[in-house]
Amino acid sequence: MSKVKTARPNFVSTTNACKLCTPLGASLAFRGVEGAIPFLHGSQGCATYMRRYIISHFREPVDIASSALGEKNAIYGGGPNLKKGILNVMKKYEPKLIGVATTCLTETIGDDVPMYFGEFYKEFGDLDLPELVRVSTPSYNGTHMDGWHGAVRSMVEQLCLEKAPATGRVNILPSLVSCEDVRHLRDICDHFGIEATILPDISETLDGPALEDYVKIPEGGTPIGDIKTMSGSRATIEFGRCLPAKSGGASLEERFGIPNHRLGLPMGLRESDRFFETLEDISGKAMPRRYELERGRLVDAYVDGHKYIFGKRAVVYGEEDLVVGLCAFLSEIGVDVVLAGTGARNKGLEKAIAKVTDGVARIAPEVREAVDFHDIAAEAGELAPDLLVGHSKGYRYAKAWNVPLVRVGFPIHDRFGGQRTLTLGYKGTQALFDRVVNAVIEKKQADSPIGYGYI
Amino acid sequence: MRTTSSTILEERRDQIHRTGEGAIDIACNRESLAGAVSQRACVFCGSRVVLYPIADALHLVHGPIGCAVYTWDIRGSLSSGPELHRLSFSTDLQETDVIFGGEKKLAAALDELIDRHSPKAAFVYSTCIVGLIGDDLEAVCRKMTEKKGIPVLPVMSEGFKGNKRAGYLAACKAMFRLIGKGDTADISPVSINILGDFNLAGEIWIIREYFERMGVEVVANITGDGRVADIARCHGAALNLVQCSGATLDLAKMMQEEFGTPFKRVSYLGIEDMADSLYQVADFFKDMDPGIVERTQALVREELGKLMPELARYRRDLEGKKVAMYVGGSFKAFSLVKAFRHLGMKVVVVGSQTGTKEDYAELAEITDPGTVIIDDANPLELSHFIKEKDVDVFVGGVKERPIAYKLGVGFCDHNHERKEALEGFRGMLNFAREIHSSAMSPVWQFAPRRANRANLAKEARKEAANE
Ligand code: SF4
Ligand code: SF4
Repeated sequence: MSKVKTARPNFVSTTNACKLCTPLGASLAFRGVEGAIPFLHGSQGCATYMRRYIISHFREPVDIASSALGEKNAIYGGGPNLKKGILNVMKKYEPKLIGVATTCLTETIGDDVPMYFGEFYKEFGDLDLPELVRVSTPSYNGTHMDGWHGAVRSMVEQLCLEKAPATGRVNILPSLVSCEDVRHLRDICDHFGIEATILPDISETLDGPALEDYVKIPEGGTPIGDIKTMSGSRATIEFGRCLPAKSGGASLEERFGIPNHRLGLPMGLRESDRFFETLEDISGKAMPRRYELERGRLVDAYVDGHKYIFGKRAVVYGEEDLVVGLCAFLSEIGVDVVLAGTGARNKGLEKAIAKVTDGVARIAPEVREAVDFHDIAAEAGELAPDLLVGHSKGYRYAKAWNVPLVRVGFPIHDRFGGQRTLTLGYKGTQALFDRVVNAVIEKKQADSPIGYGYI
Repeated sequence: MRTTSSTILEERRDQIHRTGEGAIDIACNRESLAGAVSQRACVFCGSRVVLYPIADALHLVHGPIGCAVYTWDIRGSLSSGPELHRLSFSTDLQETDVIFGGEKKLAAALDELIDRHSPKAAFVYSTCIVGLIGDDLEAVCRKMTEKKGIPVLPVMSEGFKGNKRAGYLAACKAMFRLIGKGDTADISPVSINILGDFNLAGEIWIIREYFERMGVEVVANITGDGRVADIARCHGAALNLVQCSGATLDLAKMMQEEFGTPFKRVSYLGIEDMADSLYQVADFFKDMDPGIVERTQALVREELGKLMPELARYRRDLEGKKVAMYVGGSFKAFSLVKAFRHLGMKVVVVGSQTGTKEDYAELAEITDPGTVIIDDANPLELSHFIKEKDVDVFVGGVKERPIAYKLGVGFCDHNHERKEALEGFRGMLNFAREIHSSAMSPVWQFAPRRANRANLAKEARKEAANE
């Protein structure tokens, strides 16, 4: 029996949304490219709000340019401002790439960005131009994850134009994960002897070191040259069980025949196993001992900790693929996911969750797409959760229900170090497992009149 | 030495001025430059800032999800009662709504949300896209007002139709429609409204207490810890106090015209401005209430008696340090310049998102020669001047914080998100404490810019000793 109800029959208004808008995701993805600057084609407010939001999580400077359209432009078209804006960004930032994402405004007035780009190349072709990449990101049509995936695909399609000679590299499209996660993925590839092109790579650009000076564009990010030669790679691994059919990996496969391995986010033992097996297949090498050990320690920890958490009831929310990964992990350790929700719609969330929890979950969770926190709260009341797992915005509800919130994902606005939270691989799963167990123990201690100092 | 740098775009040169270098004639209140990465938001942002703290009203953002979600519970405006303002409501427009119009959805959303939350009023904010698809907010709101029996007020805040200031005006217009509806019979003749304070970290409670001690009745908080019913009867107050340069000045002017309510501009930041604000009010009411001047003097004396010795302790450490600030409204900057003088600190860079020509002229007057004054800045310009002036502390909002930190400079959040009360005499102490902990932490020694400089100085000393 299916328990999924995708859209509420009474869907009218949204209260405390469980999603962000499309250009934000695109901006984040562009930020993971070397020398790149995100550029929103629309009015000034959108760019400023998104910067504020992103800065609160990463605690890094996040410069997002805007074509700053005013009333006249909204009526007569935003072309002149777009071009002027690009020129100004070139002057001030000297970027290698400008990633232009549309906003609701420019989508609605029907601004033709490819045409503006054509005109721009004609008018200013004599200048030393950066790469220009565009992506269409109307927010009334998706969430920040659509913006992210769209930007990744746009980069692959607009920069990687011809079949490159074989490089032996592996493309990794990691989805929206933390900076620490990306660093971990790179380490893993290194240890397998795999040269990886990770697109995007936010590990330095959104978690940079303290420096002597304010750098206009932080170092790091996927080198543009590497993106251009992704067509020569051995394989692509893209994370996500709810990805759009037209993804970056699919495009490379279609156009250049690069085998595309679509895997779930490696969270939990089984999903991580799939990832490591894929790396073994691609590299022809056995799993390095350090990961054997990490895996072994994780299983050991699962055993040591199982009693604290068995049968606990969790509500999970956030980006569709993160939710799938969390369900995979939580059901493995004996936590019952009672509700899994995302603000996105038509993502096949239910199927994806069924797949990753098959054989371990004791119950099938209620799965909800297109939910907001009002809906989550309405249902969670009856579901009596012991635990919330998701980003910071669930805090009010966790507080109201007096249950712990294990913070994962984006944004983490009320804790320190969200950008350094590791969740992927055996090591990330281990970190997450420890946090979940400790959250339950802490709650038990707090609720206990005796005050056990030994649990 | 003055550096001319490529960080400043030609088109923005006339938005930057240095005190003492000729007459000030800053260009301001213009649209942000495309591609300049302005720190400014939009009209909607301005309206949201003003109306947000009205805690028993429903705030529905009519548009796609972003505009609502980025403004969800990000401000430090506290309420002593209902907390409806902390929820984020949106019509979350979808493609079909954009094609066929969003009026039906808006009406249904209002229907649903008003029934669910029983607010005292509803504000409906239009966003860019609503301006484009041409939904008739006015008509929908009028019908809803009739149907639900509460005021449902459109806020015409399409993001692209100007800048933040235009949003202030839109908010004031919406609020003005509430005023004049309530019963004013039992309001004291010695009474005021507090305009333009947002009760960040409970600041309005500090200020209200001062007025209560002076014997002044506060009729309405507009808008911090605000209530619809109070605003509806606020025309019964004898005087409006307008804090901050832009946000609610328009409302005060409308009330003066319509109800004859006089207004005074005040500031609760810093010692002089706080005291001066109280004295202005005492002076206004002294004929009606002969004892009020003495009571006010006693209050100020008492508060200063507590504050000054503690301030002196912080001042010892802070003396001579340099400050840059980037604020929303420039009125706040005036107070801060003075407040920093009490700490022995010097303001060397000051910028604002929404200053007017008069504001900037006044800033030029009260700042020392060489101070950089800047309108509608961006990260590169700010970092440029922070370095050039070698500041120790930067005052701004969340967007400015990483700029300071990357340069190894202390930072104080003096924006809408702050969680520390910085107004009033007590706030001044919090302020001093915060500035102190921002500037004096040992961590700055490790920030590369400072660390490298310290090393250079050490080497220079060594060399000199060897010679
Ligand atoms: S208009 Fe669209 S792009 Fe801009 S903030 Fe709102 S939802 Fe996001
Ligand atoms: S869409 Fe318009 S109203 Fe909304 S944030 Fe962007 S500029 Fe502001």
